Amino acid sequence: MNSWITNNVWLIPAAPIAASLLILAFGKAARRAAAAVAIVGQIAALTMSIFAFVPTLHSHGFRAVQNFTWFTFGEQILRIGFVLDPLAAAMLLMIALVGLCIFVFSIGYMGEDKNFSRFFAYLSFFSGAMLGVVVANSLLLLFVFWELVGLASYLLIGFWIERPSAAAAAKKAFITTRIGDMGFFLGILLLYHRSGTLLFYDGGRGCLEPVALSAIGSSVTLVALLIFCGAMGKSGQFPLHVWLPDAMEGPTPVSALIHAATMVAAGVFLVARVYPIFSVGAINGVTPSLTVVVWIGVITGLMAALIAIAQFDIKRILAYSTVSQLGLMMVSLGAGGVAAGIMHLLAHGFFKALLFLGAGSVIHGLHHEQDIRKMGGLHRLMPITFLTYAVGMMALSGVPFFFSGGWTKEEILHATSNWPRSHLPHYLALIGVILTALYMTRQIIYVFFGNRRAASEHAHESPSVMAIPLIVLAVCAVFLSVVLTPAWPWLESYLTGHPARFDARLLIQPMIVVSLALVGAGVSVGIWMYRRAGEADPLQHAQPALFRFLENKMWIDEIYGRTVIALSAILARLSDWMDRHVWDALVQDIGRIGQFFGRVTTSADERVINAGVDESTSGAHGLGRLMSRWHSGQIQTYLGAVALGMLALVLLYAWLG
Amino acid sequence: MSTVAFAVIAILTLAAALAAATLQKLMHAALSFAVMFVGISAFFFLLGAEFVGLVQIFVYIGAVAVLIVFTILLTRDDTGKVRSFNWGGVIVAIAVFAGLVWAIAKTKSLPLTPSQIEPITVQRIGELLMTNYVWPLQCVGVLLTAALIGALILVMEEKS
Amino acid sequence: MTLPILLVISSGLFCIGLLAALSRRHAIFILIGIEMMLAAANLNFIAFWRFGPQPAQPTGMMVAIFAIAIAAAEAAVGLAMVIVVYRHFRSTNVDQLDRLKG
Repeated sequence: MNSWITNNVWLIPAAPIAASLLILAFGKAARRAAAAVAIVGQIAALTMSIFAFVPTLHSHGFRAVQNFTWFTFGEQILRIGFVLDPLAAAMLLMIALVGLCIFVFSIGYMGEDKNFSRFFAYLSFFSGAMLGVVVANSLLLLFVFWELVGLASYLLIGFWIERPSAAAAAKKAFITTRIGDMGFFLGILLLYHRSGTLLFYDGGRGCLEPVALSAIGSSVTLVALLIFCGAMGKSGQFPLHVWLPDAMEGPTPVSALIHAATMVAAGVFLVARVYPIFSVGAINGVTPSLTVVVWIGVITGLMAALIAIAQFDIKRILAYSTVSQLGLMMVSLGAGGVAAGIMHLLAHGFFKALLFLGAGSVIHGLHHEQDIRKMGGLHRLMPITFLTYAVGMMALSGVPFFFSGGWTKEEILHATSNWPRSHLPHYLALIGVILTALYMTRQIIYVFFGNRRAASEHAHESPSVMAIPLIVLAVCAVFLSVVLTPAWPWLESYLTGHPARFDARLLIQPMIVVSLALVGAGVSVGIWMYRRAGEADPLQHAQPALFRFLENKMWIDEIYGRTVIALSAILARLSDWMDRHVWDALVQDIGRIGQFFGRVTTSADERVINAGVDESTSGAHGLGRLMSRWHSGQIQTYLGAVALGMLALVLLYAWLG
Repeated sequence: MSTVAFAVIAILTLAAALAAATLQKLMHAALSFAVMFVGISAFFFLLGAEFVGLVQIFVYIGAVAVLIVFTILLTRDDTGKVRSFNWGGVIVAIAVFAGLVWAIAKTKSLPLTPSQIEPITVQRIGELLMTNYVWPLQCVGVLLTAALIGALILVMEEKS
Repeated sequence: MTLPILLVISSGLFCIGLLAALSRRHAIFILIGIEMMLAAANLNFIAFWRFGPQPAQPTGMMVAIFAIAIAAAEAAVGLAMVIVVYRHFRSTNVDQLDRLKG
C-alpha cells in the first residue's frame, strides 16, 4: 500500500479534481450529492496523504520521484513528474486536513445559497489544484497547477458574482497575481534556457541538483528573483499584496481556504521548493536573492500588521494578519530558516483556518454583519466559537508553550537573529510580534467582550456542522505544538533530515522568554487601550491622522490608481487611437486597391467577353432551362450530390483495385 | 498505455465531432468543435507529427474556433432556433461511411505497424519549406493575403 | 494503433462532417462540417505518411501543413460571407438562401 501510493502520488490531487468534475456534471439540483461527493473526494485525498506520509517517516531525506515524458517535440523531450518528500508530505497532510474541515464547515455556512453545488465543485477544484502544486516535480507542472489555483481563486472570490464588489475583487486578485506570474514564467524560461531541464529532481540531473545549478551560472540571481515574483503575487507580498484583503469579498470558507491552506501557502511553498536556486553560492547563508526575500518579507510583515490595527471588518483584520504572517515566513526563508518558515506555514494553516471559520461562524450568527463595532459581548452567546477563536488568537499571537504558533514564531525569531547581514529584520520582526498580539486583542475585545451592540442582539451559536470543524482545528492548533518544541523538534528534524533527540533542558530558551514578554506586552497594551472601546476606536480618537492613514491601507491602492493604472489607461487610449486612425486607414487603402482591380476586370468583362458570349448563350438557353430544374438553389442539395458522386468514385476505385 | 490512450482519444474525438454536428445550440457546437480539434491534434502527437499537431492547435483552436464564436455572436438570429434537420443528409453520410469502410476493408495490403523513423525536427521542416516546397509556400502566402483582403472587403460596411 | 483503424476513424470524422454540412440549416454548421472533413483528410495524410514506406520524406506532413493554411483561409472567407449574408437577409438559415435558383 505504501509503496503503491509513493508511485502514484498524482492520485492525491486527482481525487478532488475528479470530485469537482463529477459535481459539475450533476448540475445545480443535486445539492446533497454535491457536498457528499466533494467531501468523499477530500477524504480520499486525506487518506492517501496519510499513506503517503508514512513512508517518509521511515528514513531521513526520503524522496520518491516518478518522472515521465510528457511529449517529444522533435529532439526536445519535455518531461514532467511527481515527487514525494517530507516537504510535500507535510504540506499534503495540512492541506487535505484543513481543506476537509473547511468543506464540512461550508455545508452549514453555504446551506442557504442557491449555487451550493457549484460552490463545492469550485472548492474541490481549488483543493485539488493546490495538492497538485505540492506534488509537482517539474517547475512547468507546478506552474500549470499554480495557474489552476489562480483560476479557482478567481472563481471563488467572485462567487457572488451579482455583487459588483465581488466581481471587482476577483478581477483584481487575478490580474495582480498575473503580474507576478509573468515574472515567474520568464524565470521558468530563463531556467530552462540555462539548465535545459525543469524537473526538480531527476537522479542528479534535475534543476535543483548540483550539476544543473552550476550550469545556470551567473544568471542564478535573476532566475531566483523572477521566480520570487510569482511567489510575491500569490503570497501577497508587498507591493503585490493589494488583492489579498479584497479577496474577503468571497464567501468566508473561501477566505479560510485562500488564507490558510491553499493560495497564499503556494508562494511560500514555491520558495521553499526551489530553495537550492536561491541559495546557490551562499556565503554564510546570504545570497543577493535571499536578501531581497528578507527585506520584502520584513516590509510586508510590518506594513500589514500596522494596517490591521485600524480595520473594522472582522475578515479584513484577519486578511492583513495573513499578509503579515506571510511576510514573517518569507523573512524566515530568506534568513536561512527554511524549516522554521515551513513549520510556521503549516501551523498557520491550521490556526488561520480556525480563525477564519470562527469569523465565519460569527458572521453567520449575526446574519452577515462583518463590522466589529456592531458586535460585542458574544462570549456568552457563542461559547464554542469564542473558545476556539481564543485558541486561534493565542496561536496567532504566538503565546508560547501550548500553542503551535508560539513555537514556530520563536524559531523564526531565532533564525532572524542569526542572520549575518543585518539585525534590523530581527528587531522589526519583534515589533511585528507585539503588533500581532495587539490587533488580535483588539479584535477579540471588540467581538466577544464588552456590551452587546446593534448586531449581537439576535446572535445565535452555529450548528454543529460548523462547530465541529472549529473544534477539530483548535485541537490541531494546540496538538501541533507537541512536535514543534525545541525540546523535541520532531517536525524540524522531519523536514531537514537531521535526527531529533528529546532534551527537556532545551525547552526554556532565551528567545522564548523574549517572545513571551513581547506577547504579554502586546496583549496588555491591547487590553489597556481597548478596555472601554465603543463605537469609536481609541486610537482613532487619539491619533486621527495616523488612524486614517492606516485605515485607508496606507493609500497604496490609491497610489496604484494614480500611477500604474493611469499609465495603462493612457497606453490603452493610445493604442485605441492607433487602431482607429493608423491601422484602419492602412487596411482601407489596401481594400481600395482591391476595389480598383475589381472595377477594371468588370469593365473588361462587360465590353469584351460578354459580347461574344451573348451569342452562344442563346443556344445554350434551351439546355439551361432543362438543367435548371435540378438547381434548387439549395447549397446542401448540391453538396449531397457531390458526396454521392464521390462515393461512386470510391466504390469504383475499390472495386477495380 | 498507448493503446488505452489511443482508444480514449478516438472516442473523445468522435464524440466531440458528433456533438459539434448535432447539438442544437450553436455555441455548444462551436465548443465541441474546438474539443474535436484537440483530439485530432492528439492523434498527430501520437503519430509523431508534433509540429503539425501544434500548428493545428494554433490555427484551429486559436483562430478558427474563435472566428466561429465571433461569427455566432455577430449573427444572432431567431430563425436558427427553428428545429430544422435534413434527414436526407444522414442517409447520404451513412452511405458514404459504409462505402469508405467497405473500401478500407477490401484493401488487403495496408501496413499494420508504423515504420521506425528519426523524429522530424522543426528545423528539417523549415529547410524543406524553403527548398522543395518553396513554391507552394509562396502560393499559400498569396492565398492567405488574398483571403485576408477578401474577407475584409466582404464585411466592410458600405458607405451610405 | 494500426492503419486501418486510423482510416476508419478518419472516415468517421469525414462522414460526421458531411452530416453537419448536409443536414444542418445554419450556415455556420456547414462551415464546421467542411472544416471537419478537411481535418479528417489531414489525419489520413499523417497516417499514410507514418505508416508509409518512406517516412523519412515528410511529404504527408507538408501536405497537411498546407491544407491547414488553406483551410484557415477558407474559414476566414466563409465566415465573412456568413456575416455578409446575415446582414443582407437577416438570417443564416441556408433554406432561405436560394436566389441562385434557375
